Amino acid sequence: MKFLKKSLLLGLLAALSNTAWSADVSILNASYDVSREFYKSYNPTFVKYWKQKTGDNLTINQSHGGSSKQARAVVDGLDADVVTMNQSIDVDVLADKQLIPANWAERLPNGSAPFSSTSVFLVRKGNPKGIKTWADLAKTGISAIIANPKTSGNGRYAYLAAWGSVIKQGGKPGEARELVSKIFANVPVLETGGRGATTTFVQREIGDVLVTFENEVGLIKQEYGADKFDLVYPPISIVADLPVSIVDKVVDKHGTRKVAEAYLQQLYTPEAQEIAAQFELRPRDVKIAKKYASTLPPLKLFTVAEVFGSLKQAQVEHFKDGGVFDQFYSKK
Amino acid sequence: MAQLAASSKRVTTRFRAHSVLPGFNLALGFTLLYLSLIVLVPLSALFFKTATLGWGGFFDVLTNDRVLSSLRVTFLASLAAAVINAFFGLIVAWVLVRYTFPGKRIVDALVDLPFALPTAVAGITLATLYAPHGWIGQYFAAQGIKVAYTPLGIVVALTFIGLPFVVRTVQPVLEDVEAGVEEAAASLGAGRWDVFRRVIFPAIFPALLTGFSLAFARAIGEYGSVIFIAGNMPYISEISPLLIVAKLEQYDYAGATAIAVIMLLISFALLLGVNALQWWTSRRGVR
Repeated sequence: MKFLKKSLLLGLLAALSNTAWSADVSILNASYDVSREFYKSYNPTFVKYWKQKTGDNLTINQSHGGSSKQARAVVDGLDADVVTMNQSIDVDVLADKQLIPANWAERLPNGSAPFSSTSVFLVRKGNPKGIKTWADLAKTGISAIIANPKTSGNGRYAYLAAWGSVIKQGGKPGEARELVSKIFANVPVLETGGRGATTTFVQREIGDVLVTFENEVGLIKQEYGADKFDLVYPPISIVADLPVSIVDKVVDKHGTRKVAEAYLQQLYTPEAQEIAAQFELRPRDVKIAKKYASTLPPLKLFTVAEVFGSLKQAQVEHFKDGGVFDQFYSKK
Repeated sequence: MAQLAASSKRVTTRFRAHSVLPGFNLALGFTLLYLSLIVLVPLSALFFKTATLGWGGFFDVLTNDRVLSSLRVTFLASLAAAVINAFFGLIVAWVLVRYTFPGKRIVDALVDLPFALPTAVAGITLATLYAPHGWIGQYFAAQGIKVAYTPLGIVVALTFIGLPFVVRTVQPVLEDVEAGVEEAAASLGAGRWDVFRRVIFPAIFPALLTGFSLAFARAIGEYGSVIFIAGNMPYISEISPLLIVAKLEQYDYAGATAIAVIMLLISFALLLGVNALQWWTSRRGVR
């Protein structure tokens, strides 16, 4: 009887650990809000790849939230093995706190940004107000919905795109400032996040145009129907890099450096790039970019570095308390 | 020295005199420990973080135009919402206590909903209803009144989340005022208004004041529901908690805590004032 019990127990243990030679590994990816759908598709492909390569059973946990909020959480001790953000300053802050080296952007191709997005216009069906350019947003009688650049990466890129459109067409900073201040005078509601701006424009029917990320437009069309809105590509816009990094302090503690590095490197493979393109994220892979040229048409784009030096510098000059953006709003 | 010992002994005896029930020391120790862990430690952390700014930095935050107008918006809207809630919450409590009608229990349960609903959901729902094209907002819009995306919208959201505080504090006290007392007053010749003013109101006033201050305090700290309906325009409908978030977004922890400290100090002063008022009215009641 005793023997039977013992063997039963052993059998049970064996059944539970039939994969005893393949380790169970898990990593946590701290990401921004609207990347949820993309990583839901990408993660299973990487889990499969990792199983084939090492035999390990990998579990990828996702944490989503506002990009800066996530960065603050990691700084404050959220044990994320990798961060996948929507703006470089949210990775820079990890370097400032010595969780990752200062040269994090050089560790992977394209400044550690496997894909990018850009700011585009979404207008009401048929574009009744004829909005085509950044200058059109500043016209009187136009109501534009842009998220608050102080609290939202989405709004920040919209602001920088408008500013850069003037500079790249030979304008002076003074002219850029005038255009952007006029545009924001046409913004009736400053939502705190990109998704909030979407709701205001789509569900509350406020505003003639929504300035938002290209991939957000894809989600809107999927969610609310493609027949209610028109996508308008401005003649020139900005490259919004979506940077990624492993968190060195955390992976060294967990012993997950290898898997975390591979997880990010695999984002550059054609398969992952294609998944990204399907979610309207602009791929780096030239072939994939060509394949998806109908949904992600080639645009005249400029980078943050070309016009502003770096996002960090832009942040200090434009969005800090008392910066250029704050100066648009005077006391009433 | 002896005097000191004597006086400290007197203090202990005075302390002891209160403790008719056993376990006073244990209970007091536990209370202090609990309060320290849950309230005092986080609050003092807030003050320590703010202290890294120095007086100059703190003063800069305090005198910033944007911060000042956000404080004005926050406190005025909270005050308006608390006043509205005190008035209508009293009526709701009155109806729930004094009358029976079909569905009373359901109405009673409804009052607690603003407690249970995630505030962001409340904010999104209210904004949808009161937006210029919304179910309710369209009628206001026809009159030329904008509710959502104005300070008025903030008051609406804060009124919504504050209602249960007034109702739930007034209700049990009102239940204790027996209808017999009212009948007695009426039989002695008091009119309806006199009964309310002289008999009922003095009895429930302290509870009403508590409810008012709870609703007020809750409204000051509210973020989730407000940002969706406020429109968040600088100097017009920007609340202080939003400025805190904006500062955190710049990784300016000290600046963010400085605003929090200012809000805390103002709230503390106001709540202290309300408590003093309560104490004064209850004393007057005794006399």
